Amino acid sequence: MLVLSGIAVVILGFALRLNPLLVVVTAALVTGLSAHIDLLSVVAMLGHAFVANRFIAIAWLVLPVIGLLERGGIRERARALVGRIHAATAGRVLLAYLALRQLSATLGLTALGGHVQMVRPVIAPMAEAAAEPLDDKTREIVRANAAAADNIGVFFGEDVFVAIGSVLLIKGFLEQNGIVVTPLQLSVWAIPTALMAFLVHGARLLLLDRRLKRRGAA
Amino acid sequence: MIGLEGIYGITGAMFAAFAFCQALDGAWRSALFWGCFALLVGAGSYLPDLYSGALVLVLAVLGAMGLKPKPVATTDAQTRERSATSLGNWLFLPALVVPAVTFAGTLLLPATHLVDPKQVTLISLGAGALIALAIAMTMLRASPLRAVQEGRRLVDSIGWAAVLPQMLAALGGVFAAAGMGKVVAGLVVNTIPMTEPVVAVITFTLGMALFTFIMGNAFAAFPVMAAGIGLPLIVGKFGGDPVIMSAVGMLSGFCGTLLTPMAANFNIVPAAVLELSDRNAVIKVQAPTAFILLAANTILMALFVYHR
Repeated sequence: MLVLSGIAVVILGFALRLNPLLVVVTAALVTGLSAHIDLLSVVAMLGHAFVANRFIAIAWLVLPVIGLLERGGIRERARALVGRIHAATAGRVLLAYLALRQLSATLGLTALGGHVQMVRPVIAPMAEAAAEPLDDKTREIVRANAAAADNIGVFFGEDVFVAIGSVLLIKGFLEQNGIVVTPLQLSVWAIPTALMAFLVHGARLLLLDRRLKRRGAA
Repeated sequence: MIGLEGIYGITGAMFAAFAFCQALDGAWRSALFWGCFALLVGAGSYLPDLYSGALVLVLAVLGAMGLKPKPVATTDAQTRERSATSLGNWLFLPALVVPAVTFAGTLLLPATHLVDPKQVTLISLGAGALIALAIAMTMLRASPLRAVQEGRRLVDSIGWAAVLPQMLAALGGVFAAAGMGKVVAGLVVNTIPMTEPVVAVITFTLGMALFTFIMGNAFAAFPVMAAGIGLPLIVGKFGGDPVIMSAVGMLSGFCGTLLTPMAANFNIVPAAVLELSDRNAVIKVQAPTAFILLAANTILMALFVYHR
């Protein structure tokens, strides 16, 4: 039971809006100590786990590329493209992106998208351009929605693809427990939720346009 | 065999270059922070665990103190507009090269036996970023120093959040080592009387979402919840279909991912990347969709898991 104190530290830390890095490190130390592991071993364990998860850092290699493209005016270009389309609204731009992100993920193309590579330089400026004029608060709403569309598209698209991590994880887990299934069987059962996700979030994006219009009028 | 070490070396070198530029500008906290991170990423395999742990503690303390980056000079709006007009849609090419190379590499590289098949996606991603960088530098006639400075401009705007996903993954490792999963699964199983098949389904889907919320990762939650409730009760005791239990169970976990700051790379990092003032703005947008889909997944499983 005492090992759950780490979770309490996390919840409390996030609720008090302390710096998440500090909260996470404290939670790790508390969890280790409450499991009767001595302090130096917990610090070593934390270091080992941090290094073992270095693969996450590889994604940051795109930073110089995106930085250079921003310098070259990629955001301005994205805005100009949408500015020419009169029917474009923020909700419709993001609905189109949701569809593209989800469809490409079902084909295994999960790398097409992402917050640093696609949302910041291209999708958010497009949605903002379609919603002009914008005050700062409304701009933040549009941007947050652009990030959310990326997440929801990839989460509920990727499981339809047979060779994605989560499908393989399930297959491996069931096999260890003596149940043999094919990835295709699992993928098929991801389709109903995928459709539902598109309908629910798509509808919410169209409602976003109404909300933005009301904000603009107010 | 090309392994991940080379890509780690390059990534570490990039962060070291950011740190160097920050040191030149006198932004000492930023320089120290990214320098420590560069060491962990680039030389992690050669560092004793205790030293790595100490560096992680330094990251946390500096992050809490505030990194205080110095602003980086970039082009003004007029220059960017002119550049956007002259380069046109070519500007999108490098951004699309990254996913294209990642995808092609993942498909084609295993046949060459040049790379470790388990790491092929990550190596392809690294290669994609480097090829895209070469194209972007040629297109914009930019020097390597310019590329480093522009990358540093972005990393400064993201700040400590760039390190958080890895920190949380490390916490997950410590949670697992301390036996957190068994305790949580035991709590759920022992407190809710599961005599009805439907109750088992509801407990399983909500449990997946809740445990994912805590761990920040549905992959960590699935083996625990499926071994605690899914297999013994839904499949074993009540004769449900293991395929539907697993597939829909995992997707219920994804609903939890949409709701938690613990899934930092999806929820907290984008708020930093998009320079939002509210750290939880993305989660707030996702919450209604997450709750509706969690309810839908629960109903879906309740309706179909027991009909073979």
